[in-house]
Amino acid sequence: MSVDDTSPVSRGFVGRGRATAHAERIPPGQHVTGDFPVLSAGPTPHTSLEQWSFALRHGTERIAEWSWSQFQTLKQTRLTADIHCVTKWSKLDTRWEGVTIDTLFEAAGLVASPTSYVMAYADGGYTTNLPVADLMNSRALIATKFDHSPLAPAHGGPARLVVPHLYFWKSAKWVRGLTFIAEDKPGFWESLGYHMYGDPWKEQRYSGD
Amino acid sequence: MRDEAAHARSLVLQVEGWQPHEAGQHVDVRLTAADGYQAQRSYSISSAPLASHAELLVDCVPDGEVSPYLTREARVGDRFELRGPIGGYFVWKPEYGGPLLLIAGGAGIAPLASILAHRAVAARCLPTQVLYSARTTQDIIFKERLEAWRRDDPALAVSFTLTRSAPADWTGYRRRIDAAMLREVSFEMSDMPLAYVCGPTTMVEAAADALVRVGYPAVRIRTERFGPSGESI
Repeated sequence: MSVDDTSPVSRGFVGRGRATAHAERIPPGQHVTGDFPVLSAGPTPHTSLEQWSFALRHGTERIAEWSWSQFQTLKQTRLTADIHCVTKWSKLDTRWEGVTIDTLFEAAGLVASPTSYVMAYADGGYTTNLPVADLMNSRALIATKFDHSPLAPAHGGPARLVVPHLYFWKSAKWVRGLTFIAEDKPGFWESLGYHMYGDPWKEQRYSGD
Repeated sequence: MRDEAAHARSLVLQVEGWQPHEAGQHVDVRLTAADGYQAQRSYSISSAPLASHAELLVDCVPDGEVSPYLTREARVGDRFELRGPIGGYFVWKPEYGGPLLLIAGGAGIAPLASILAHRAVAARCLPTQVLYSARTTQDIIFKERLEAWRRDDPALAVSFTLTRSAPADWTGYRRRIDAAMLREVSFEMSDMPLAYVCGPTTMVEAAADALVRVGYPAVRIRTERFGPSGESI
């Protein structure tokens, strides 16, 4: 829904959620929460660190793969960012730590991206599609820590993708890899009516927005 | 409008051009203040897909922004901006079959009520078990509706569990949902049951984990978690 002038006034509605302190940081239709709500389509997977790995793939070809201990030796980067869930909550100044996609590319010896899009895939079968450009220049992390502690399973641990400038369903929990795809195609929620890109500032919640 | 339990109210909305929704979906409701300020939240549709109106269940979050307005201020005749129906995974269609295990916590009964209403007309013989967790008897939403469905449907069973306090003559469960309870109410795994779990985050996490322990494959468990705010879906 975009804000427009034609919305009828809701009789007696005053509203108490005006975020005057950080109004410029709240995308349209969002409200700030101090909680960290959990939203997932199925049960929380519990993958042991021994079984965990993270891979970059191009089609069926494996470009690189890291075990948990190998992943820990990669350069760790901290990212503080506001996150915005399509269910309308935003959370300010969330603190993440993990490995940037730039670092993964470097470690994999990739000087250029093989394609312009990736499909992130995760334990539990979840997938989501992203333009590679949105993952580069330290705009995205494979996060293994939240608030300086190991990421809890309910919030996507042991590792989740964090792409804070897009709606948070793009930040796949329990992420296990990125597959380069030649053409953009819908992931899990995108094939169920959610927007292919998901820019919160353009309120791209659902397909057609 | 109808008060359903201690803090919950049903809003029955006449929507111009309302198309049948899928059982389990939600809508976005947007409110606009006189100065143009807007707030929007998602609410589950509790009515049957083929109903001519949309019934939304709103659970009042005391320090919330939209739900106190919808449960205390809104009156018959008021108009709201709606978007939807929305959501394509936490839905049930007759071709999905079952048997169905529907697990609700608190206001999480809303999308399951829509599924039950749909099942009552579209798949009446489908073996279905409802397990509903509430704090007290006063917090049970749609109690009469559930009991009416159960009364004239031998394929439907409804179990309640109360987590805070129970009357002396209470015959249902008196604890949080756990694996032992699920083993008692659930179907044989060989029947390939399909589970829907909706409620507060901690309850859904615990129930979904317990379902996995009982033997449900992850792909047969569909969840909808309400955030700690109680309003996020």
